[in-house]
Amino acid sequence: MYEFLKNLDRRWVFLLMLLSVAVPILLNARFPEKPTGLARAVFNEIEKLNEGDPVLLAFDFDPASEGELGPMATAFVRHCAEKKLKMYFMSLWPVGPRMVEDALDRVVRPDFPDLKYGEDWVQLGYKSGYEAVIKVIVTDLKQLYTTDRFGASIDSIPLMADIQSVQDFSLVINISAGYAGTKEWVQYASTPYPDIILVAGCTGVQAPLLYPYIPEQLPGLLGAIKGAAEYEMLVLDKYGARDENGELDEPGKYFEGIRRMGPQLIAHVLMILLIITGNIIFFIERNREGSS
Amino acid sequence: MNRDTMTWTIIFAIGLALILIRIVTSGGLFGKAYVKAVPREYAQVAAPGEDENWIDVTSEEALDYDLTQIPADERITWTSYNQTHPIDYANAMAADPNQSVYQFSFWRTFGIWLSAFFTLAIFSFLYKDNPFYKIAESVVVGVSAAYWMVVGFWSVIIPNLFGKIYPESVQSWAMPGLTGESAKQDLWYLIPLILGVMLLWRLAPKGAWIARWPLAFIIGTTAGMRLMGFLHGDFISQIRNSITSIYVKTAQIAADGTPLLDAAGLPVMGFDFWESLRSIIIIIGVLSCLVYFFFSFEHKGIVGKAAKLGIWFLMITFGAAFGFTVMGRIALLAIRLEFLFDDWLWLLDPSGKRLADTVGLLMQSFPMLT
Repeated sequence: MYEFLKNLDRRWVFLLMLLSVAVPILLNARFPEKPTGLARAVFNEIEKLNEGDPVLLAFDFDPASEGELGPMATAFVRHCAEKKLKMYFMSLWPVGPRMVEDALDRVVRPDFPDLKYGEDWVQLGYKSGYEAVIKVIVTDLKQLYTTDRFGASIDSIPLMADIQSVQDFSLVINISAGYAGTKEWVQYASTPYPDIILVAGCTGVQAPLLYPYIPEQLPGLLGAIKGAAEYEMLVLDKYGARDENGELDEPGKYFEGIRRMGPQLIAHVLMILLIITGNIIFFIERNREGSS
Repeated sequence: MNRDTMTWTIIFAIGLALILIRIVTSGGLFGKAYVKAVPREYAQVAAPGEDENWIDVTSEEALDYDLTQIPADERITWTSYNQTHPIDYANAMAADPNQSVYQFSFWRTFGIWLSAFFTLAIFSFLYKDNPFYKIAESVVVGVSAAYWMVVGFWSVIIPNLFGKIYPESVQSWAMPGLTGESAKQDLWYLIPLILGVMLLWRLAPKGAWIARWPLAFIIGTTAGMRLMGFLHGDFISQIRNSITSIYVKTAQIAADGTPLLDAAGLPVMGFDFWESLRSIIIIIGVLSCLVYFFFSFEHKGIVGKAAKLGIWFLMITFGAAFGFTVMGRIALLAIRLEFLFDDWLWLLDPSGKRLADTVGLLMQSFPMLT
């Protein structure tokens, strides 16, 4: 057994990992989610807002991170739409506007058809320049955004009439997959201008780097798919439709984060077993070398 | 036949066999995309005293105008093809087999199969490097570079550079919506244009040194901006955030979840053990990690012990970062597998897009599996 495990081809590990993710997906395995403080903080920051308050949603991610960030993007847009907030979408990533369109196709267009472009939401689109864009728009948004994503003059959009800079938004929601993203929003928006309230959702790789900003510079953070699942649960608890038995009766698109936690659990158990096995083999080998 | 070739042959044979089984069991009904044809019509209208404007003839705004008076040359019609779910197509065909509103889309179907091919091609690298992986990798790099270039040109160079220098010209051929304050000419933007041309001079056979000037400008401004960002956002703010009370008092909560209030109506404050412990751990963690990176003294005695504690804090941080990274990567694997099982093979249907999913039917047939 020792020799078998010691010389195990890594491709067997890949196959085990594939099965540990694929089987729960096929069996639609779901586990209960209990929201933690950080997810509640994000939820409460949006709940505090009043109908008609302007919210800037910065989608700083691309299809490579869709699996982690797509569910929280859906939940954010739904929460804002349920609260009847005015939504302003922008991106520091070139593919970001496409991710915004995906979220709108999933939430606003089918489930909130009364929300009108230019009156309830607007797509400002992408601007290159990374943190320089944030640095400019925190004081003068219209200097960079002269038109919306579709080429219409920014002055002709009713929703933009009262917006001069990022400081005019009641809340900034950032969904970040890396540079430029939440770190830059903290450094150039919420830190120098404490009136800008920033909450964020980020990939797992980024999350440990952003924890030091909590809570002073970043009141709430959704870390990876786990954070998304917790936030989804909070939104569904408050706004989800229920059947006659009191069970949630919502389409699958609002459960994506919760659904993806099933494979997470099984894959993490496998990962822990592999780490323990690897360590046992290491210590056995060291003992044998020592005794020889 | 060597071992590698045999392994590849077996993998391909199993893959093809599974797809063939899927074709036979589903009657070829998987990996397809459908669209809904939506006719659109816009008419050019003008209210008294206003400029001419295009409006959707089906919108509420159109009720304010007599559209029957608008001639054909002031109308535009076209058909939008919006992606729809297979269940909508199936229902429409059941109601009227000759309907043409819901249609099968060859190109979107081709896109699904292409996505499935590239997903499997990337996965194949886990076995070993191979031509399929190389093709997929090259396509990603090429498409990404081209996409960045085109998006950058249309969303930055045109509106934010040429739109500032030649607003009328840009409005006439590229951005009809460039009007009002945004359409004012600003010749200061000639400076970034000149700097941009100087940067591209690097590609010329002579005078490549000219590119150093705009490069120096970029490096200088970026360094200055980032220095301020880190100084303000990280260095000073993190020091401030680390100065916390180790005896934390928070508002007391009653059993029913409401805040406890005193006779004056103010919240009753009490010692919070967990918040105090959190503050103590933060302070010990910051100090011990700083000691670990303090190399002016030999790590012996109390300094050595503090440094060792710092190593523990660092290791726990790295472990947490690794855990988060694993979670992220598994989520990415999950979405690709969901795509293969859901959009391509139609084995499952979590979003209710189709009439039934294969795995669901299987589970109903064999309830002991659930």
